[in-house]
Amino acid sequence: MPGNAVTTMLAKYPSLQPGALHALEVEFGVGHAGSLTHQYFGYLVDLAHGNLGLSTNFYPSSVATVLGQTLPWTLILVGTATVISFALGTLLGILAAWHRGGLLDQLLPAFTFLQAIPYFFLALLAIDAFALHWHIFPNGQGYSMGLVPGWHWPFIQSAVYHSILPALTLIFTSMAGWMLQMRNVMITTIGEDYVLAAQAKGLSNRRVVWTYAARNAILPNIAGFAISIGFVVAGALVMEFVFSYPGVGYTLYNAVTSNDYPLMQGVFLVIAMAVLIANLLADAVYVLADPRTRTGTAY
Amino acid sequence: MAIGALPEVTQTTRRGRSARSFPLKAKLGAVIIGIFILVAIIGPYIAPFDPSAINSAQSTPLGPNAVHLLGTTSSGGDVLSQLLVGVRSTVVLGLVTGVIATFLSVIIGVSAGFLGGFADEGLSLLSNAFLVLPALPLLVVILGYLPNAGNIVTAFVLSILGWPWGARVIRAQTLSLRSRDFVAASRETGERTWRIIFFEILPNQVSLIAASFVGTVLYAVLTSVALAFLGLGDLSAWSLGSMLYWVQNQNALVLGAWWWFAPPGLCVALLGMGLVLLNFGLDELGNPRLRDAAGQRKIGGHAWRPADPTPVLRELQAPRRRLAGAMASSTPGVGGGGRGARFFIGRHKIAASGRGELQ
Repeated sequence: MPGNAVTTMLAKYPSLQPGALHALEVEFGVGHAGSLTHQYFGYLVDLAHGNLGLSTNFYPSSVATVLGQTLPWTLILVGTATVISFALGTLLGILAAWHRGGLLDQLLPAFTFLQAIPYFFLALLAIDAFALHWHIFPNGQGYSMGLVPGWHWPFIQSAVYHSILPALTLIFTSMAGWMLQMRNVMITTIGEDYVLAAQAKGLSNRRVVWTYAARNAILPNIAGFAISIGFVVAGALVMEFVFSYPGVGYTLYNAVTSNDYPLMQGVFLVIAMAVLIANLLADAVYVLADPRTRTGTAY
Repeated sequence: MAIGALPEVTQTTRRGRSARSFPLKAKLGAVIIGIFILVAIIGPYIAPFDPSAINSAQSTPLGPNAVHLLGTTSSGGDVLSQLLVGVRSTVVLGLVTGVIATFLSVIIGVSAGFLGGFADEGLSLLSNAFLVLPALPLLVVILGYLPNAGNIVTAFVLSILGWPWGARVIRAQTLSLRSRDFVAASRETGERTWRIIFFEILPNQVSLIAASFVGTVLYAVLTSVALAFLGLGDLSAWSLGSMLYWVQNQNALVLGAWWWFAPPGLCVALLGMGLVLLNFGLDELGNPRLRDAAGQRKIGGHAWRPADPTPVLRELQAPRRRLAGAMASSTPGVGGGGRGARFFIGRHKIAASGRGELQ
């Protein structure tokens, strides 16, 4: 493995005394005596106590502290953006399928372009235009310099202001996927006999669209949404990199570039936990949404 | 049914099909991808300059001119040459990843769906486990751990993380095909298992496999470009991603050098759009209901696509073409053609398939 916690520290503080070096080695567990299994169980015991070790990059902060500082940023920004893009994309997909061949449907190729463009390229263009050229939005960071993070109005205001551009770019690029999928499934559903029957019964269009067609067509989208909720914690790594946003993804990137293994390990543990929990919840929600999954085998 | 009437009917349906069998979107996508593949093959030979050439006397990027058609970078590198050389590595990476990952998804998806039982449980568990791995963070960690990893390592890691999407969809389709009459018939006639798989099952999901391949290539291109942009790919070689890395690294946007930052970004977007359009077309090929809205009936002021009448004759004649229609009629009971049909209609990112069984 490239990198060694103590050598990294030495590079940072070249004037460290040999005694201090030894203390650091003990603290980071470098050259730990004992077998691999022994070390692993030691890790598990520490984990049970909520001790994820010390970050070498942000020394003397512990990994848990660093995670605690970065998680809220990612959860709030990426979470909100995911929910908005899902809701908006699904809605537009329903409309595009219902008004087949209409304006929205005609615009689909433009949406495919949005789906195909690399996210960071769009984000860089957005920063260039809105932040550097027109000065409408700040060009990065989570909040203005000089503010102390906390629950007070100037800070919240600044954080919201800084999150608008990243959120907009995220929504803009991820919306198209939801929309296309929803439209395609919806078109197939509209062709089903029961939808035709509902129409023949004389039900109002609104009722047919929402209660008959959309309700059934939305199931694959819900399944996809569940997975993307799990990935919220992993953060939009590229987004956080481009905007220097203080979230989990950027922290992971920094940990990788500075060989901060304890932090990488901690970030990955949190990401894996989040994905697993989200999937568990997703299965529960899916049973609620799709009655067929309750009765027994689907096939 | 009069057997004598069959050939004639077959011919008309075949002719009717071939006229509209390849939707416009797919054609457009295929043309775009064809151009990129052509550039990938001949690009390095027609590049006017050495892409890595540096003019030490120069310190600002030069706009497009007669010598440098797309201008230069701030160190004097020719943007057009970098582009022509760089397309190859990006396209090759995408295709290699697509081939490996699709191969894995077909093997695992078909085995899981066809064998059933414990094998299915195990393989489904495996693909579910890989499905929830967050690809980009994991790639960042792995490539950070393997510094100077070349294209091959990147393609390999991308394939390992990219196969489960396809595998799930193919498994679902195999499950549905396995219980069809024609498979039962070939089993009755004593065909061997490998023959049933390769001659009965696989040809019936060609459009699905193709869509999964195209989706994987798109994922590989976009992910590898993002990785190179983060500085984690092979930056010594020219690719669309490494071009974008240098664009960001040397502040081309701040300098206003549009001829420098726009071409690689637009190329990736165009390549991606070609793939998306092709996938769109493949979707329409496999699912007739998605085809153009022309000629549909109107009911209640709204255009309607009536439930496709099951094309019995056509199914008899061309079983390999009947994906959508047959799927709708083959799922017994539950909600009439619901689940199976949806997996491949929704594009590659659907995880609906296993969900039902996970209760």
